[in-house]
Amino acid sequence: MSILSNKYEAVIGLEVHAQLATKSKLFCGDSIAFGAEPNTHVSPITLGHPGTLPKTNKKAVEYAIMMGIACHCEIEKDNFFARKNYFYPDLPKGYQVSQHTTPICKGGHIAIKTDGVARSVQLNRIHLEEDAGKSIHDIDDDYTCVDYNRAGTPLIEIVTEPDLFSAEEAYQYLTEVRRLVRWIGVCDGNMEEGSLRCDANVSVRLKGETKLGTKVEVKNLNSIRNVKTAIEHEIDRMTHMLENGETIIQQTRSFDAGSNTTFAIRDKEEANDYRYFAEPDLPPFHLQQSFIDSIKQALPALPAALMGKYEHEFGLSEYDAAQLCQEKEIAEYYAAVTAHTNHYKAAANWINGPVKHYLNEHKIHISSFVLKPAQIADLLLLVEEGKVNFSVASVKLLHAMIAEHHKTALQLATALNLLQVSDANELETWVSTALERMPDKVKEYRKGKKGLIGLFVGEVKKLSKGKADPKVVTSLLEEKLNGAD
Amino acid sequence: MPFLYFLEQLKECSIIFVLMEVNSALVDHIAHLSRLHYEESEKTAIAADLQKMISFVEKLSEIETSGVEPLQHMGNAINVLREDEVKGSATRQDALENAPVTDGTFFKVPKVIRK
Repeated sequence: MSILSNKYEAVIGLEVHAQLATKSKLFCGDSIAFGAEPNTHVSPITLGHPGTLPKTNKKAVEYAIMMGIACHCEIEKDNFFARKNYFYPDLPKGYQVSQHTTPICKGGHIAIKTDGVARSVQLNRIHLEEDAGKSIHDIDDDYTCVDYNRAGTPLIEIVTEPDLFSAEEAYQYLTEVRRLVRWIGVCDGNMEEGSLRCDANVSVRLKGETKLGTKVEVKNLNSIRNVKTAIEHEIDRMTHMLENGETIIQQTRSFDAGSNTTFAIRDKEEANDYRYFAEPDLPPFHLQQSFIDSIKQALPALPAALMGKYEHEFGLSEYDAAQLCQEKEIAEYYAAVTAHTNHYKAAANWINGPVKHYLNEHKIHISSFVLKPAQIADLLLLVEEGKVNFSVASVKLLHAMIAEHHKTALQLATALNLLQVSDANELETWVSTALERMPDKVKEYRKGKKGLIGLFVGEVKKLSKGKADPKVVTSLLEEKLNGAD
Repeated sequence: MPFLYFLEQLKECSIIFVLMEVNSALVDHIAHLSRLHYEESEKTAIAADLQKMISFVEKLSEIETSGVEPLQHMGNAINVLREDEVKGSATRQDALENAPVTDGTFFKVPKVIRK
């Protein structure tokens, strides 16, 4: 494969459908809540009854613009919808209302990073369209059963240029799309429930060739990992076909997660003929620059901007900043902690370390975490001031605070006897006792085996039950050991 | 004036027909897209009908409309948007009332073959 991968290159384009997080459908007031009883979120408009008139959901338009701004697209001011005509049982009207000629967002790009190298993936467009219903093929022997709850749900379709060149790039791109839609709150990003769906167009060509190879479209990819696996499989399959002198035919293929392979579902025998025309039931909509500007201003700081701020203003490493910005709520929590303390690095370590560890272990989302950012700030301050050592604080004290979250960090540390002792007299006694217990080791140390200092510190730690400040203990020990013989 | 705009739109839509002669293959193609069934014996008559319609549209193209923007919509209304509120769903019983086949839960349609 490695020889072949030097000879051939893959070119990939992705089409991502994101279900917008509105309450109601794109053109009528039916709920879009997931999991309802079949055919209970349907109105005469959804069902395409004669004489009904659709009306565009303003929120859906706003969400599409938000995504466009987040992806650096040009926002189209003069919009109209078009009918895409085809017959399928899940399409109640016989056409899908989409934006054929005037996608609401044009161009744009999304930044990705693979193997530490950053680049921008070029977008072709983001447009608004309505979803179809759901066909269920396996509950009735004689009929296909159709549920129209999903029909008319607002979607944005995010279309890349053929500008991805490996399965890993596709994986990183999708991860970034999911983070973005969740970050700005336009889609819940749940691929299992189908609120984020991806079709991959994959082709393979000889390196150096400028013409694209024949493409294959892979559908039924319900996780980001499946997208990656399916693309890897397709690249491998097509590369071997080319190497064996076979001709690749344009196909639609489906992914089988059981075997990690793809199989053909249909060949493209003739070009689709959708006979698009302007939707006569929906008047055009024109966006004012002031409206677009107000949406732009309301947009939260995007991950890239926040990461930059954390790196350059707070002095965090790129890695720490990226960890904090994986999810908006974590980044916001961090920002709230730093409102109470300027120990920026320590705050990042606390959140990326013990806090996330606790949340993962107990499967809790940060939004339901009982400790307020101010409490984490108090906790880390105790450590920074040397009153409690980090390992005690991150395990015992953190859990004590979660259990009794109305008490302050200092109250609990005092009650549990976790405060470090920096008092010289008490420390002296422990240090002397420790050294008296190990006269042989003291001799070895003085002969030059300086590594033994750790052993002495450990002994003091044991004697003090973890309350002795290790920094002070170390210097006290060194003073005694290196001093008068 | 609005008529000219409309005409331009119509001509855009019909351009494909204007360039095409109605032959047997085209009738088959259009019938397939529309999911219409007809007897082979009707085909000649259908083709003749379609040809007449196209001639009518071709007649329209004699009018000079270059430089006229296509009309996207018949009315002057723009930005007719609604707030994002849940309302107006039918009961399932009402929704299914006109379904040709139903079990009270689903619309049932002839089996769609898969794979």
